[in-house]
Amino acid sequence: MRKRKVAEHYNKKIQKMTSSTETAGTGTKRAEIKEQYKKFIGRKILFILFSLILIFIIAGVAATLGSFPITVTEVYSIIWHGLFQNPETTKEIIVWNLRLPRILMGILAGIGLAIAGTMMQGILRNPLASPFTLGIASGAGFGAALAILLGAGIIAGKYLIIGNAFLFSLIPTFVILGLTRYKRATPETMILAGIAMLYIFSAATTLLMYFSEAEAVKAAYFWMVGSLGKASWDALLLVSIVLAGCVIPLMWKSWDINVMGAGDERAKSLGVNVERTRIFVMIIASLLTAGIICFTGTIGFIGLVAPHMCRMVIGGDNRFLIPASGLFGAALLLAADTIARTIIAPVILPVGVLTAFMGGPLFLYLIMRKGRGYW
Amino acid sequence: MVRHYKVKMVKLKVKNVEFSYASVPILKDVCIELAVSEMLGVVGPNGAGKSTLLRCIDRILKPQKGSILLDELEIKKMSRMELAKKMGYIPQSATQVFSATVFDIVLMGRRPHIGWRSSDEDTEKVLENLQLLNIEDLSMRDINELSGGQQQKVFFACALTQEPDVLLLDEPTSNLDIRHQLEVMDIIKNIVRERGISAIMAIHDLNLASRYADRIIMMNSGKIFSAGDPVSVLTPDNIKSVYGVEAEVIDKRGRPHIVPIRPVGKM
Repeated sequence: MRKRKVAEHYNKKIQKMTSSTETAGTGTKRAEIKEQYKKFIGRKILFILFSLILIFIIAGVAATLGSFPITVTEVYSIIWHGLFQNPETTKEIIVWNLRLPRILMGILAGIGLAIAGTMMQGILRNPLASPFTLGIASGAGFGAALAILLGAGIIAGKYLIIGNAFLFSLIPTFVILGLTRYKRATPETMILAGIAMLYIFSAATTLLMYFSEAEAVKAAYFWMVGSLGKASWDALLLVSIVLAGCVIPLMWKSWDINVMGAGDERAKSLGVNVERTRIFVMIIASLLTAGIICFTGTIGFIGLVAPHMCRMVIGGDNRFLIPASGLFGAALLLAADTIARTIIAPVILPVGVLTAFMGGPLFLYLIMRKGRGYW
Repeated sequence: MVRHYKVKMVKLKVKNVEFSYASVPILKDVCIELAVSEMLGVVGPNGAGKSTLLRCIDRILKPQKGSILLDELEIKKMSRMELAKKMGYIPQSATQVFSATVFDIVLMGRRPHIGWRSSDEDTEKVLENLQLLNIEDLSMRDINELSGGQQQKVFFACALTQEPDVLLLDEPTSNLDIRHQLEVMDIIKNIVRERGISAIMAIHDLNLASRYADRIIMMNSGKIFSAGDPVSVLTPDNIKSVYGVEAEVIDKRGRPHIVPIRPVGKM
């Protein structure tokens, strides 16, 4: 008896509640949605800040690690003082000339590769797209191999390998662009053309290596695996110029890329010049990738995985996704490099191996947890 | 609401348009006039060229011959952005969409009108149309988690947020159940009347076309077979020669109601 009374009481209460929300009208519902949307944007900004802080922490820790012991607080104060005066003590020289260039290169390369990946996935509407999908890496690999194995290149001297890698990495992009004069620049055409270029350049590189000396082959192979060890302040300056020059136009196009995510026809009817935007973004993303990997070699995985991880957390809006995946990619690459050079020191592992070993399981976990729907 | 029957202003004019895919002709000499605040239904069998016609009108495809005038201006000479301010198009195909919330998708409708940042006014417009289509509860959901019918409503809301003068709809009700079909058609009819929008709607369901369209164009193999009000177009003879179907046409409150009986002849 009592149970039933209690139940009735609650039923009435629930009825009252539902009717009151109905009469409160659409105003509250709108306010509610607005509030939710604001929170959603807040979460994205929070994630960007989180990634930024992560970079600072990892960078600080990374600068302390190595054969010469320096504490975290020392590192930060050395970096701070170094901004105003030239490094003098051994510790200052180690931090400023050895560790900091490597760390900064890790950050810049991480930002660039992750953003290039975000853009490639966006314009090609393909989850498997990465900075290397369109044959960019194999082009760079061939250029570098040509310089290392035959000493042949377009620019001589110190920049022989770098210049070659840069120029050859852009060839696939230009071939694809040439094709789009005869065929529409659809994602399918571009991906298939990119894969064709990838195979052509890989085969050419294999052929070169097949007829070369073992030592030279090893050097070429080491270049292709990728490393942040070749970082210098000169290189950093060039990479930052490339990065700034590429990220700004990509941010400017970010909403158009969002709209293209809803399909070419919808994007066209919403006023976006789809083919031109796709080609524009492809050129910029290729330049960005080329500008980085010519200094570091082909560091894989970051460009594929960082954008996906961020998309799972903050959604697909490129206006937020570009900065978020850039910063998160930087943190990821920096962490991978730090582990790569300390885990079995003094041997330094290739950073690309570590990015895959660290990112792979994390990536799998996120796919399992999130289930379907995010892509 | 007073309708101005007499003053028939031409909003859109399609003149002698021809289109072919790699020398296979799809549209042959198509001429259409669309008045302000008019709802035009385009019917016809599969492959008649209905979708191609809509794509040509929104300049997604470029016709080889003929011209299309919007407010007496050649759409060929307009920029994509200019055209997008005046014309909205909802494709039929459910292309795989990138991960995005319903709110963000509907907000995309503002793209032709604003640059990088959206204002409060844009947010209000999004909310208004979400409410109009009764999909407010979905606003923060990801588009890929929704059913086909819900997605169709979301893209419809997006096109309404675009605030075009001319709305092109390719099978707007194909994924909807009968209740939602009626709801969406009523919304289309209302905005056509109240906001003075002109709409062209390609549609398979002859009875929906008959009930909601002011005028109907019946297409067959890329040509206009018959045009006029529903009563004069949706006749047993026309249906037989275009669809190859014997049908009974009943009068329902002044509009023809089609009951298909059996396929006849060879198609």
